[in-house]
Amino acid sequence: MTPLAISNFTVASAIGTGCAPTLAALREQRCGLAPNDFMGVPLPTWIGEVPGVDDVVLPPALARFDCRNNRLAWLGLQQDGFADAVAQAIGRWGAARVGVFLGTSTSGLLQTELAYRQRDAQGALPAGFRYAETQNTHSVAAFVAAALGARGPSVVVSTACSSSAKVFGNASRMLDAGLIDAAVIGGVDSLCLTTLYGFNALELLSPDVCRPWDANRQGLSIGEAAAFALVEREAGAGATPQGWLLGVGESNDGFHMSTPHPEGAGAIAAMRAALAAAGLTPADIDYINLHGTATPSNDASEDRAVHAVFGSGTPGSSTKGATGHTLGAAGGVEVAIALLAMQHGFMPGGLNVQALDGAARVNYLTANRDATLRTVLSNSFGFGGTNASLVLGAAT
Amino acid sequence: MKVFIEGIGLLGPGLPSWQLAQATLRGEAAHVFALSVLPAPPRLPPAERRRAGPVIRLAMAVAEEAIAHAACDPTALGSVFTSSGGEGANCHSLCETLASPNPLISPVRFTNSVHNAAAGYWHIAVGSRTASTSICAFDGSFGAGLIEAATVMQSSGEPLLLVAYDLPYPEPLNTVRPLLDNFGLAFVLTPAATPRSIAAVVIELQDATTSGAPDGCGDASLDALRQSIPAAAALPLLQLLARGGPARSLTLAYLPHLMLRVVVESLS
Repeated sequence: MTPLAISNFTVASAIGTGCAPTLAALREQRCGLAPNDFMGVPLPTWIGEVPGVDDVVLPPALARFDCRNNRLAWLGLQQDGFADAVAQAIGRWGAARVGVFLGTSTSGLLQTELAYRQRDAQGALPAGFRYAETQNTHSVAAFVAAALGARGPSVVVSTACSSSAKVFGNASRMLDAGLIDAAVIGGVDSLCLTTLYGFNALELLSPDVCRPWDANRQGLSIGEAAAFALVEREAGAGATPQGWLLGVGESNDGFHMSTPHPEGAGAIAAMRAALAAAGLTPADIDYINLHGTATPSNDASEDRAVHAVFGSGTPGSSTKGATGHTLGAAGGVEVAIALLAMQHGFMPGGLNVQALDGAARVNYLTANRDATLRTVLSNSFGFGGTNASLVLGAAT
Repeated sequence: MKVFIEGIGLLGPGLPSWQLAQATLRGEAAHVFALSVLPAPPRLPPAERRRAGPVIRLAMAVAEEAIAHAACDPTALGSVFTSSGGEGANCHSLCETLASPNPLISPVRFTNSVHNAAAGYWHIAVGSRTASTSICAFDGSFGAGLIEAATVMQSSGEPLLLVAYDLPYPEPLNTVRPLLDNFGLAFVLTPAATPRSIAAVVIELQDATTSGAPDGCGDASLDALRQSIPAAAALPLLQLLARGGPARSLTLAYLPHLMLRVVVESLS
C-alpha cells in the first residue's frame, strides 16, 4: 500500500490524557489500573478508568451527544493540538474531503444501560434519552465529525477488539479510491456494564491486575480510551509527519466466536498480510506491540502465531498491563504508543509479570529497552475471530 | 467506482427471498406487508445453530441465497457486514438484566452482542479466513456498506460478499428507534465483469445539497420499509436489478450531508 503520513495523533487512557503524560507513564513503567470501583459494580476485578471523563462538559451545540463515550472522545480531541490539526486539514482539503473512521465496541451503550434503570411504571425510557446520538454504534463517528466539522464519509467499524486497528485499513482504501484526501482515524470505547458483566460471565476477567505473558495470568483488566490519528494524502508544506502507516493486514479465524484459533492461524495471516502490504519482511520489524490481553488462551495463541512469523528474536510486549484492555479503542491506543516509542527511541516493557510463561517463545520484554526503532508491528484481535495487524514506520 | 453483481439474497416483510420477491420488485404484484420469518441456518454446526439468534439467522439467510444465486464457493470470499444496530432483542435482554438487582448476564448473549456477531458466525460456518469487516453508519449503513465493499475490492481485486441487515428492537427501545421489521439483503460482488455478472453498478458520492432527495420505490408499502429500516434503503436499487433493462441512475440515502449516486446497468 501507499505509505500514509500521520500528521497528528493523541491518546487518552488510564495512564495519561495526552501524548506527554502517556510517554512519561511508559517511561516510568507506570500502571494505570486500579481495583474496580466503577459505578458500584461489585465485581472483583481491576479497571483502567480515564481520569476526568465525568467532568467533561460538551459545548451546547453538541450537547445532544452527551454520554460517557462522547465525553471521552471530546477529551481526546482537545489534546495535543489534534482538533486544530484537523481544522488545518479541513482548510487544506475541504470539509467534504475529510473522512472519519472510528472503532468502538459498545459506543454509548452505558447511557442505555442507565436509562433501563430509570424506566417508568409503563416501562418507557426516560425523556431525553437519545438513541442515535448515544447508543447507536455510529454515534461516536457522528459526534466526532460534528465536533470537527468533517463532512466526508464517516463510518464506525465495530469488530470487537480489532475495531480501531481495522479503521486504518478503511481510511487507507478510501484515500486510494480518491474519495477523500484526509482521514480522522481512531477508536473510542468507554467503561460500561455490558462489558464488565459480559467478560465476567465468560470468566475472562482477572481478579488481580492483568498480567500479560505471565505464567499465572488469569484474564484481562478492562480499560477505556480515546485515540485519534490524522492521516493526510500529503504532509503539509514544511511539515514533518509524526510517523507513517506502512501496512494493514486483516483476516478471520473462522474458528470460534470467543476463543482464538489455538495455533493463531488467522493472526499469522494478518501479520503476514500487513508485512506484505508494507513491502517488508519479518526481519525488518524492530518491535511488536502484542495484542496481549492476558487471557490464558489469547496470549498462548498469539505467542504461537508471532513465533511462527518472527521466531524468538524480535522483541515484543503487551502494553495492556499499563492501560488495561481498551477493547474497541485498543488498536488506536497502541498505534499512539508505537508512534511514541519510535519518536523517543524505546521499547515499552510489559508490566505486571511475576514469572514469564515458560511455554512462551516470543522475546517478551518486561523492562523498557532503549533502541532506535524504524518499524513497529501492532496486533489487535477480537471476538468473532477478527484479526488486524498494522505496520507503522518512524517519521524519518 | 464500479462493482459487478453475481448473486443477490433478500429477506424482509412481504419479501420472503430474492427469487420470491421478483414480481413485487418489478411492480407486477402489489407489496403486501407480512412479518418476515427467519430460518435456522443449516450450515452452522448444531452447537452454534442453537446459539444463533435472529441476527445470525437473518444475515446468514440472505448470504446463503446470494451465494447460491452466484453459484460460488464462499470459503474464499471476503465480506463486508453492515447494520445499523445488530440484534435489538439481544441488546434489550442484556440491558434489562443489567438493570435488575442481580445483573448476571448470559455469556452467549454477551458474545452475540458484538456488532460483528453475524460476520463471525458466517466465517465459522463457511470456514473462511478471508478478511471481513462489520460496520455501522446509522441510517446510512447500507450506503456505507456499498462504498466499503467497492473500496475493499478496488484494493484486493477479489470478489466479496456484502451483507446488510437490520432487526427491530422490542419496547422500550422500539419507541425511540422504530424499525418496522427484519430486513436483510446480500450481494456477491466482483471487481470486474464475469460471464456470471447480472449487473454493473457505478457508485459515486454526491453532496446532499445538490443531489435532491433519495429516489423512492413508487409503491407506498415498499417506501414505508425504505423509510423505516436502514437496510431497506437498498429497495430502489433492488427494483432496478429485478427489472433489468437499460442503464438507469438512482440517488440512494447515505449520510445526512452525503448521498450515493448509483448507475445500474443490467448485464443478464
